[in-house]
Amino acid sequence: MIDDLGSEKAHKSPQSQKINDFCMTICTVNGSGSATANITLLRAMFHMGIPVSGKNIFPSNIKGLPTWFSIRLSDEGYLGRVAHDDIIVQMNPATFQEDINYDIPGGVIFYADHIDLPIQRDDVVVYPMPVKDLIKAADIPRNLRDYMENMVYVGVVSQMLGIGLEYINKALLQQFEQKPSVAESNFAVVKMAADWAKDNLEKKDRYWVEEREPLEGYMLADGNTAAALGAIYGGFQFCGWYPITPATSLAESLGIYAPKLRKDPETGKNNFAIVQAEDELAAIGMAVGAGWGGIRAMSSTSGPGISLMTEYMSLAYYAEVPLVLWDVQRVGPSTGLPTRTGQGDLNLTYYLGHGDTQQLVIIPSSVNECFEFGWKAFDYADEFQTPVIVLSDLDLGMNLWITKKFDYPDKPIDRGKILWEEDLEKFESDWGRYLDVDGDGIPYRTLMGNKHKKAPYFTRGTGHDEFGNYSEAPDVWLRVMDRIKLKFDNAREKLPKPVYRNIEGAKIGLIGMGSTEPAIMEAQDILNKMGITTDFMRVRALPFSQDVRKFIQAHDRNYVLELNRDGQLHQILVTEYCDLTDRLVSLSYMDGLPLTAKWIVESLSEKEEK
Amino acid sequence: MAEQDNTNAIGLTRADYKGERSTLCPGCGHNTISAQILYACYEMDIHPSNIVKFSGIGCSSKSPTYFLSQSFGFNGLHGRMPSLALGAAFADTSMKVLGVSGDGDTASIGLGQFKHLIRRNLPMVYIVENNGVYGLTKGQFSATAEKGLELKYQGVNPFLPIDIAKEALIGNASFVARSFAGDPQQVRSLLKAALSHRGTSVLDIISPCVSFNNREDTLHSYQWGRQHEAPLHDIAFVPTRKSIILDEFKEGETKEVTLHDGSVVVLKKLEKDYDPTDKYQALQMLEEAERNRWLITGLIYVDPGQPALYDYMNLVEEPLNRVPAEKLRPSAEALQKINQSMG
Ligand SMILES: Cc1ncc(C[n+]2csc(CCOP(=O)(O)OP(=O)(O)O)c2C)c(N)n1
Ligand code: SF4
Ligand SMILES: [Mg+2]
Repeated sequence: MIDDLGSEKAHKSPQSQKINDFCMTICTVNGSGSATANITLLRAMFHMGIPVSGKNIFPSNIKGLPTWFSIRLSDEGYLGRVAHDDIIVQMNPATFQEDINYDIPGGVIFYADHIDLPIQRDDVVVYPMPVKDLIKAADIPRNLRDYMENMVYVGVVSQMLGIGLEYINKALLQQFEQKPSVAESNFAVVKMAADWAKDNLEKKDRYWVEEREPLEGYMLADGNTAAALGAIYGGFQFCGWYPITPATSLAESLGIYAPKLRKDPETGKNNFAIVQAEDELAAIGMAVGAGWGGIRAMSSTSGPGISLMTEYMSLAYYAEVPLVLWDVQRVGPSTGLPTRTGQGDLNLTYYLGHGDTQQLVIIPSSVNECFEFGWKAFDYADEFQTPVIVLSDLDLGMNLWITKKFDYPDKPIDRGKILWEEDLEKFESDWGRYLDVDGDGIPYRTLMGNKHKKAPYFTRGTGHDEFGNYSEAPDVWLRVMDRIKLKFDNAREKLPKPVYRNIEGAKIGLIGMGSTEPAIMEAQDILNKMGITTDFMRVRALPFSQDVRKFIQAHDRNYVLELNRDGQLHQILVTEYCDLTDRLVSLSYMDGLPLTAKWIVESLSEKEEK
Repeated sequence: MAEQDNTNAIGLTRADYKGERSTLCPGCGHNTISAQILYACYEMDIHPSNIVKFSGIGCSSKSPTYFLSQSFGFNGLHGRMPSLALGAAFADTSMKVLGVSGDGDTASIGLGQFKHLIRRNLPMVYIVENNGVYGLTKGQFSATAEKGLELKYQGVNPFLPIDIAKEALIGNASFVARSFAGDPQQVRSLLKAALSHRGTSVLDIISPCVSFNNREDTLHSYQWGRQHEAPLHDIAFVPTRKSIILDEFKEGETKEVTLHDGSVVVLKKLEKDYDPTDKYQALQMLEEAERNRWLITGLIYVDPGQPALYDYMNLVEEPLNRVPAEKLRPSAEALQKINQSMG
């Protein structure tokens, strides 16, 4: 939910009608080109001023398996997943019966009428769509017919629910920005299907889409694009990456936007480089090399890639090399559910590396925050001279969300403690690569190419002293590792602090992170109506700020809500605050789908009853 | 000779190219290679601050601390120096990149990164100090160990070896050479040629491990190397700043190869009519050598015209790590346009 998205806009309607408050799932086969149609519907409703969210539930497959796209409309601004469907658009014979059973009583089913299967339900409104006939009647090239079938449901659904065709047209023009003629031919099919529906279908259901004031200051975007743009505005200079769902579109977006945004205006030359590596072992090696060389370096991957990157991340921690690593989480263990979402990499990333390794982890919850953390991550990495992991997930990264417009960074790029020739010349104290001059645990670094006689040093993953010299001495090891720990402790209050949504008088705390935020806020409202008042704290970084302890202490019981089996955030909290364990209750869940408010409400109220 | 005996053209002495004292076993082939790296850089008048060193893990990979302390360096992970060097190279593409690896580091754990480095043709000198064993982990067979080799605790190696030069050549390397640590003159000449090449220069240097693999009859021993070495040609390296061919260069048929920076490698053919720009012949020659158990040394293949990685990147002239921060952040107007396109 977006808090300031107007619940006051919620339109009081007669009980029998459902306006701008329902979920519609479109069931298709992947590879059929339905994505364009689905996003068109989503965008059109957004342009009508209605808070919408779209979730694509897709298989790990290129063509021929079932795919679902769920659009939720909510005047009140609830964007989390709901587990039921009000409306089903059925284009896929393979899942015909199963999907239809998901529809609630009083719901609606649109279906392609060439699917010759019975609908054994008399508690729903059914609209057949003569998809094939309409396409046949239109003059559409043979190779485009399958694809255009999708535009038929766009037209029929729009007509029956009251989605203005001018908004569909606008959405299509936006989708086919470069090819207005394609937008035009798509729209012709939409129009034809809408006309057919007007003449042949009688409205019997209770669902309506109604226009609202435009959603000023908001837009529709996905987290991976936002992350890439954030990196571009954060001055990224090098990205080494290897394709993996759901992270691929992050690096690919870099490849689309960076050449436009990051050319030197005078020479037309790039001040960045992107290299598709041979695997994640190399992708992270490249990023470590680049970060060490003094350019803003990054990589993006998902769980399996993180596993392969472990050893270099351990080296980067100990050799104190800045870089930014995005983990767009999918579902593990192993290959797991590669196209489903989860929050199962928290433990892995926080402790990524062998021995006494610990990493800085920041966790965005919205598309807007993906942009913000996208640029800030580089400043943190440079400031603390260590990798920063940004923990996103498939739901946030790949789905389109309604989000606030991106804000231009409010502070200049900060490269941290770097010494060039003239800085070294002026440097008053002794300089050693790992010498803590300022007492904050953060030493100064020189970069290759620095011609000052004192500048060069040798970097190694083996034991080293304050000057980078090889050492196995116990006291040296202890000293260096303690200093790195000091640096990490100093990061606690500088990384993004938790954010809160408090309800007056609450004794119960909710703790969550990342993309489950909308479901948690919605659950909070439902619980409130049930008489269970809660405060919500969303943690945004590890290691934790002092504020986290304060919040836990201020509440009798704190439910830690997360999308994984074992309650990993709960585990870390319990480890960090062992004196507060009796105040921490784990509520975690994982089936590959985004968390729902319903699940939170049910499992929390059950616990509260005990 | 024009210059002083004890300083080079940029006024540095050999001492300016030194490193820490070596902690490798006395007599280890890796030490003699370190010395030749030092000499080659000194004689080519390359300032240490223009060189950046990388290595993986192994005795061989330790050696970059034993030369050029005045250069930046990074001792990375086992088998994964190529990716590290590649990323760092982008920070300042004007630097000379020098990598040292071992046969375990390159031909086992690092074979993938090695091949991909070559494929991208990152300008760097890639030295494999090849001793046929894992030195640092005390004498296990490496993938370059010859079939039938018997080692004290390992028994007999049943597998055919990986030939690093052949792997490089098949992987379309733009520069492939082999040498022998016991032939310092040739090592130095090849190093100089490699340092002038704009692309990945693979130097497979047989470097005997005196502790674990130095039996007289094995491919990676000093004794065997000295007896079976079959140099392709005498090599003279001519840096650009000198216009005349060195005195020591002997009469005979010659073939000149002009490298990217304008310098010239001159090869003297021996009994065979060998053309190092002919890949087909190079492959045939390596195959033949393997059958005859010859240790072919010299410049096996070079293609100075092959595009290097940077050629695809359209990079700004100044080193990326010196681009001012202001230039790295696009304008607020551009962001506004993006917001509009998504709204
Ligand atoms: C990931 C990983 N696995 C294993 C090792 C242990 N190890 C260190 S050096 C080495 C072999 C080195 O052999 P080579 O590259 O031939 O170098 P040499 O010591 O012979 O010069 C191994 C297996 C390691 N450091 N890292
Ligand atoms: S063990 Fe072998 S390779 Fe290692 S330093 Fe000794 S001689 Fe050299
Ligand atoms: Mg070896």
